[in-house]
Amino acid sequence: MDDSTASYNGPLRILIADDSDSDRLILKTLLTRLGHEVLDVANGLDAVSTFQREAPDLVLLDALMPIMDGMEAARQIRLLAGERLVPLIFLTSLSEAGALAHCLDAGGDDFLGKPYNRIIIEAKIKAFNRMRLMHQALSDQRDLIRERNRQLTEEQEIAKRVFDNVAHSGCLDASNIRYHASPQSIFNGDVLFASPRPAGGMLVFVGDFTGHGLPAAIGAMPIAEIFYGMVNKGFNGQDVLREINQKLKRILPTGMFCCGAMIEADFKLNQIQIWNGGLPDGWLIRPSGAHLALPSRHLPLGILSPDQFNAELERVVAGPGDRVLMMTDGFLESADRDGRVFGEKGVMETLDQLGADDHPFDAMMSAIHQLTGNPEDGDDLTLFCLEMAAEGGLATLPDRVEPSALAGPAEWRCTYEIRGQTLGEFSPLPLLLHICMEVPGLRRKSGEIYTLLAELYNNALEHGILALPSEWKHSPEGFGRYYQERNRRLLDVEGHYIRFTLQHSLKPEGGRLCVVCEDSGPGFDFQSYLSTAPDSAAASNRRYAGRGLGLLSRLAETIRFHGQGNHVEIVYKWQLARTAEKRDD
Amino acid sequence: MTDKPHLDEEALAELRDVMEDEFDVLIQTYLADSRDRIRSLRDALKTSDSDAFAKTAHSFKGSCINIGAPRLGELCLKAEMAGKGSRLEEAPGLLDDIDREFQEVIERLEELPG
Repeated sequence: MDDSTASYNGPLRILIADDSDSDRLILKTLLTRLGHEVLDVANGLDAVSTFQREAPDLVLLDALMPIMDGMEAARQIRLLAGERLVPLIFLTSLSEAGALAHCLDAGGDDFLGKPYNRIIIEAKIKAFNRMRLMHQALSDQRDLIRERNRQLTEEQEIAKRVFDNVAHSGCLDASNIRYHASPQSIFNGDVLFASPRPAGGMLVFVGDFTGHGLPAAIGAMPIAEIFYGMVNKGFNGQDVLREINQKLKRILPTGMFCCGAMIEADFKLNQIQIWNGGLPDGWLIRPSGAHLALPSRHLPLGILSPDQFNAELERVVAGPGDRVLMMTDGFLESADRDGRVFGEKGVMETLDQLGADDHPFDAMMSAIHQLTGNPEDGDDLTLFCLEMAAEGGLATLPDRVEPSALAGPAEWRCTYEIRGQTLGEFSPLPLLLHICMEVPGLRRKSGEIYTLLAELYNNALEHGILALPSEWKHSPEGFGRYYQERNRRLLDVEGHYIRFTLQHSLKPEGGRLCVVCEDSGPGFDFQSYLSTAPDSAAASNRRYAGRGLGLLSRLAETIRFHGQGNHVEIVYKWQLARTAEKRDD
Repeated sequence: MTDKPHLDEEALAELRDVMEDEFDVLIQTYLADSRDRIRSLRDALKTSDSDAFAKTAHSFKGSCINIGAPRLGELCLKAEMAGKGSRLEEAPGLLDDIDREFQEVIERLEELPG
């Protein structure tokens, strides 16, 4: 644009084609005096070849010339010029209307009559130059816009592909999950992550970023990384939420944030824990069709500073067959042809009409399709449904990490102790798991290792130090009481400690991990406990109640109690990949 | 017949203004060009090529008008029309008129102040 303006009154390169020597001389002199660069030829054929070679800005053509006349030359020059606007002016003493029209049909823009008039020639050249420059500026800008648009679309598509690679490595294909996500090639701002937890159960995150496309995809990228990275390391929903909020608060510009919900499903305890910040109400739907709203109680992620952020999840009892349904705004905003939106009312009506055999996911999707009239229309929404199930019934999830060559630390020992108030504020499990995962042979066993560590830790804390009776957890009322009491007693743990000692060594066929967990509690009568069968009903009411010890004894090679029973030692053995297959059965 | 002047003084003055030092070159170019055109007209007449006769007369007309020789231009137009109408029987008379007028133009151009 600037270049064009600069050359606005600058010299032009003008081609003259006229077989009359004197006429050509007059015109050439005239235009040269006006400051233009003039190329002159005496017939149409030379005009075409000179045009091709010199690319003049403007062409003056005599209509009647030997060899090739002006009409034919005009046609060929138009063809050569393509998209470039090159004004073509016929030089003529023709006066017949038909002959003049013929010149324009051949691609001429105007005529210049004989005798030549200096003033008219100058005025016409200026006028056509303006037109030429305007055309040039327009096509340049059109090309620029077209290119920018292509670039933008390509970047968005790449961003979406990268994001999909990062985000869809979870367990969204598990048999207890149904979901619908936008199939658009441009990122619509909705994210959906799901991952099994090392200790069992699943963690799910549904999010809706402000904005679309590239900015939203960039914001969402670290969320996926944080989510999958932290879940694999054994962090819980609360930890992950805190980290996501802190990260988004730091990286997102003001006005950009992420509405989201975190759902932690525990299939053993038959409970879900949920945190909803800014998403539409989620729903817990019983097999009978009865349903309970899981409304947003928090601001979206990326708004509050870490010290103001409340990441506490709400506990809801949910047994096998119960389903959790989550959706993004796009779902409520789906509209019919007249602009009537589905809205919360649409959700409520659909849920109220649910029969015992209806899957809420299918009911919602068909309600939306009925409204919009077209399954392809406005497909900018996310719907997610998780069913509570017996964990054993779920398809086994593949090992996330390939067994790798024997590298990394083999012979090591460490002791980690947490004391006092920290017992109530910090879980050492991710850290301990992380240390164990440095051993390549243990990496494939992260679930088992985590379970061992978690059982030892929870037993030491909840039963050893806090002296909570686990049978409370067996009834819904006791369940609430248990956690209330847990929180209350955690306030008074001054002087207490839990100490982990991990020791690892290599064996010819694999390795051996010894975990010692000591706590400052009073201990228990492990002698009488061990004299009964570990899985018997009597044992399940003891301190190492329920599946706790059962799990430990199934996973570990040996379990030994020392002292008053507040000192537990387990030995876990792993074998090289080839033989490990048998052990897994 | 025709009442157009032999020379258009005004057009010539403007040309002199535009061409400056090259005015004489222009006149000589025009004269040489015109001799060629008249020869071409005779050739076309000899071969009874009325189309070539018309086209040559048309181009000749254009340069006459441009140089400021309107009466000669007028005669060229008549020749062009005769060619277009395939009335070559009028051509010998017209060619004689053109010859005569061309001599007139040469003399008058030579009389112009150099």
